Amino acid sequence: MDAIILQILNGLDKGSAYALIALGLTLIFGTLGVVNFAHGALFMIGAFCAVFVQRVLTLSVETVDPTKTDFLGNPLKVKTPYVENWFGHDFGSAIIDWSVPLSVLFCIPVMVLIGFVMERGLIKHFYKREHADQILVTFGLAIVLQEVIKAFYGANPIQTPAPEMLSGVATLAGGIVYPVWRIVYFCFAALIIGGVFAFLQFTTFGMVVRAGMADRETVGLLGINIDRRFTIMFGMAAAVAGLAGVMYGPINAPNYHMGMDFLVLSFVVVVVGGMGSLPGAVAAGFLLGILESFASTTWATTTIPGINQIIIYLVAIIILLTRPRGLLGKKGVME
Amino acid sequence: MGILEVKGVNKRFGGLQALGNVNLSVKENSVHAIIGPNGAGKSTLLNCLVGKLIPDTGSVMFDGQSVLGRKPHEINQMGISRVFQTPEIFGDLTVMENMMIPIFAKRDGAFRMHAIENMMAEKDVVEAAEHMLEEMNMADKRGMHSASMSRGDKRRLEIGMCLAQEPKLLLLDEPTAGMARADTNNTIDLLKQISDERDITIAIIEHDMHVVFSLANRITVLAQGTPLVEDDPENIKGNPKVREAYLGETA
Amino acid sequence: MFGLNKKDSALLLAVAVLTMLAPFILNPFPTDSGLAQFNAGYPDLMQRFVIFGIFAIGFNILFGLTGYLSFGHAAFLGVGSYSAVWMFKLLSMNIIPAIILSVIIAGLFALVIGYVSLRRSGIYFSILTLAFAQMSFALAYSVLTPITNGETGLQLSLDDPRILDGASTTGSLPVTSLFGLEMREAVDMAVGPWSFTFSVGYYVCAVFMILAFYLAIRIFRSPFGMMLRAIKSNQQRVSYTGLNPRPYTLAAFVISGMYAGLAGGLLASMDPLAGAERMQWTASGEVVLMTILGGVGTLIGPVLGAGLIKYFENIFSKINDNVLHGWFSFLPDGIEDFIVTIIHPFVGKGWHLTLGIIFMLVVTFLPGGLVEGGQRIARMFRGKKKTGGADAAKTEAAE
Repeated sequence: MDAIILQILNGLDKGSAYALIALGLTLIFGTLGVVNFAHGALFMIGAFCAVFVQRVLTLSVETVDPTKTDFLGNPLKVKTPYVENWFGHDFGSAIIDWSVPLSVLFCIPVMVLIGFVMERGLIKHFYKREHADQILVTFGLAIVLQEVIKAFYGANPIQTPAPEMLSGVATLAGGIVYPVWRIVYFCFAALIIGGVFAFLQFTTFGMVVRAGMADRETVGLLGINIDRRFTIMFGMAAAVAGLAGVMYGPINAPNYHMGMDFLVLSFVVVVVGGMGSLPGAVAAGFLLGILESFASTTWATTTIPGINQIIIYLVAIIILLTRPRGLLGKKGVME
Repeated sequence: MGILEVKGVNKRFGGLQALGNVNLSVKENSVHAIIGPNGAGKSTLLNCLVGKLIPDTGSVMFDGQSVLGRKPHEINQMGISRVFQTPEIFGDLTVMENMMIPIFAKRDGAFRMHAIENMMAEKDVVEAAEHMLEEMNMADKRGMHSASMSRGDKRRLEIGMCLAQEPKLLLLDEPTAGMARADTNNTIDLLKQISDERDITIAIIEHDMHVVFSLANRITVLAQGTPLVEDDPENIKGNPKVREAYLGETA
Repeated sequence: MFGLNKKDSALLLAVAVLTMLAPFILNPFPTDSGLAQFNAGYPDLMQRFVIFGIFAIGFNILFGLTGYLSFGHAAFLGVGSYSAVWMFKLLSMNIIPAIILSVIIAGLFALVIGYVSLRRSGIYFSILTLAFAQMSFALAYSVLTPITNGETGLQLSLDDPRILDGASTTGSLPVTSLFGLEMREAVDMAVGPWSFTFSVGYYVCAVFMILAFYLAIRIFRSPFGMMLRAIKSNQQRVSYTGLNPRPYTLAAFVISGMYAGLAGGLLASMDPLAGAERMQWTASGEVVLMTILGGVGTLIGPVLGAGLIKYFENIFSKINDNVLHGWFSFLPDGIEDFIVTIIHPFVGKGWHLTLGIIFMLVVTFLPGGLVEGGQRIARMFRGKKKTGGADAAKTEAAE
């Protein structure tokens, strides 16, 4: 029993990331009708927001500490981050320690802005083009974004540690030992997913968007400027992907190709959940994350070797063939 | 016994009864119109005939064989050709190529792997296509990109493509919808000519009463998914039930 | 000529002449000039040009004609490579049986994957092919290690049986050959300051590419090719014309898979090792880039695209800061450094960035790729001569 719970828990963090990325993908697909292959890159940029904030906060000034000497007897040069100089040592180092959660604040406006620029500058021109063209141009954009990040931060993963307080392990009921940050990540993801759904459910804006998802033309006929709202939705989807990335840093050190790695799986998630279905994307994200975690157990890998590598694709293939609309997909969406 | 026999066809979409116990008999070599107000189930019925939808119950027999459960291309190979409301042609291909495809389909069946033969070396197909284009008065447009033609020409090409298959039954779904009066009259003349000169049955779904009464020699009136009456045009005009359900609205 | 019309014959002839003369054409700069690094006429790169040309021609038969965008075509290339290497290990170092096997195995593989994937269309088809390719990739890395040798990649070894060749006596690894003609053999020719290399391997690949190109023309001009274009144009009308689209698309899928297998087999024939990374989805993405850049649905486009991308990959990526400084040394120091700093991210290791930008521009403004670009330029010149380019607007389909 405990083993099962442990595997479910193990699947939650990856599942959360899948769910968040898939949510954004579906939001974009459902509202704008665009298949966005650059969405993984947004996740990656989010993660690099954390790297950026960490770099900024640890910008240091080099001073000579006259009280200390190195082993040759020369005065020792020490680097002190500016924040420690400004806010005092304790508070300053606390800020640096909490740089990942703090990056969330930085990430949101940046991602929304990137989303706006992307939609107005590029995606807009592809609404009426074929899906294949949309895939191709966003695929090109993904390469560009990835290379830009690589040009700035290099090809190696960069560690973005969680705050010390949240980086240990917790012992849960039943004696299960589990990293604290993963719990944080899951709660964070749940919060965002809940927020997005609440926003769509309870605001007028959300209502119009949902109506637009169901029938774009009719909403347009009502004289509602649906395009502007969809631009905002794109910014929101970008922010969701970015937030998923920012908080994922401590779980997996950000590298420039993490977006592509997640993108492929997230598309599979979207398709399994049902193209254009928001609950479907979330459900499928968690489901596949947990399935993957179960498939990675020694029991599973000894029974069917390699199952952990292919489980997601296998599930996707089976679902696509037996239930082409996905788990919760609606009729008539891209059949 | 008609060439097309529809018996007791029902079709539901969720809670909506789209077709309720539809019986229809289309006689060979007739021009049979199916009319009815919006939402009467005309398009649903048509889709059941060509394999796009499968009725919940009932039977659809064509030329003595059931069409139910067959795929659209199989039903087409049985001898039913369909003309769509908005012309469905191969927009990326030339007019000549458009015309050659149904002739290949007629000659070679649903699939034939002829991957390295030269298309233009198939003399019989090229000749048949050219002949059909001439008959449709489109020979001068043979090299044109079909997407760049006028709507009327597209319609003409589509009908030509269907006729090139020498179908036994030609189904037309509001062939003059959205057309200017002159184009409508041209289409009527074309269809009249086809029905006079060829050994073909035509079933037509139409909104425009002018078209219906200039072409049809048999009319079925659908209302709320059920056939109200099936009769000759003269009797339909005088039928009070029809006037109430349908004509009354447009007259 | 060979059942082609005048225009196609001319195209085929041009391609044949260009590939045959490639060792000259690609080495335009004298060996010790500063521009010699832009010479692409060395065997290894020229082989890649034509092999990936074959891959892209095959991909184009599927994507260009039917519009089905496969994101998993590299799997067939990988399978082809593995089959070829196994043939070298088990049977003989002759490349002919190896290539035959790679084409057959890749074809069978494509038949299975295509049969399943083609039950869906549009984005679903893309995702299905992607899923299958990623599965193959993951399996090649893990479970199938006995067949694929996992991360190390499949290689020749001295104790391979090689039934036809017999045991190796020299104590060194045997080399691939065509009935005794070794693939790595090459002749250097010096003309003044220029130097040209003619390698057996390149000419073998080139002959295969010309054959592949010829076959592609025949397919494009056949009734089968027309049916595929019809499916791309209006699948509903295809069904309602009594044609079953699925066997047509499946046949196209298998043919293009066999092309990929041929490319994979040739890759292994030039350098007998096969690794799983050849199957990764980024490799599938690369062939998409090649086809689009060159001109999807055109005959010559994919070959151009493949050449361009491989040229970028090998030559563009070698431009480093020293080279840049060399070029701009005529400028005053400050400006020189400034320009080098600006260009730096786009060349050398950053060539992917340039590729991505070019690709986006092509998709946005030039959906027909280089071929369309060429046509537009040609039209501009023609348009000046005779006014009224009305009939220029109708580009010949599938040129």
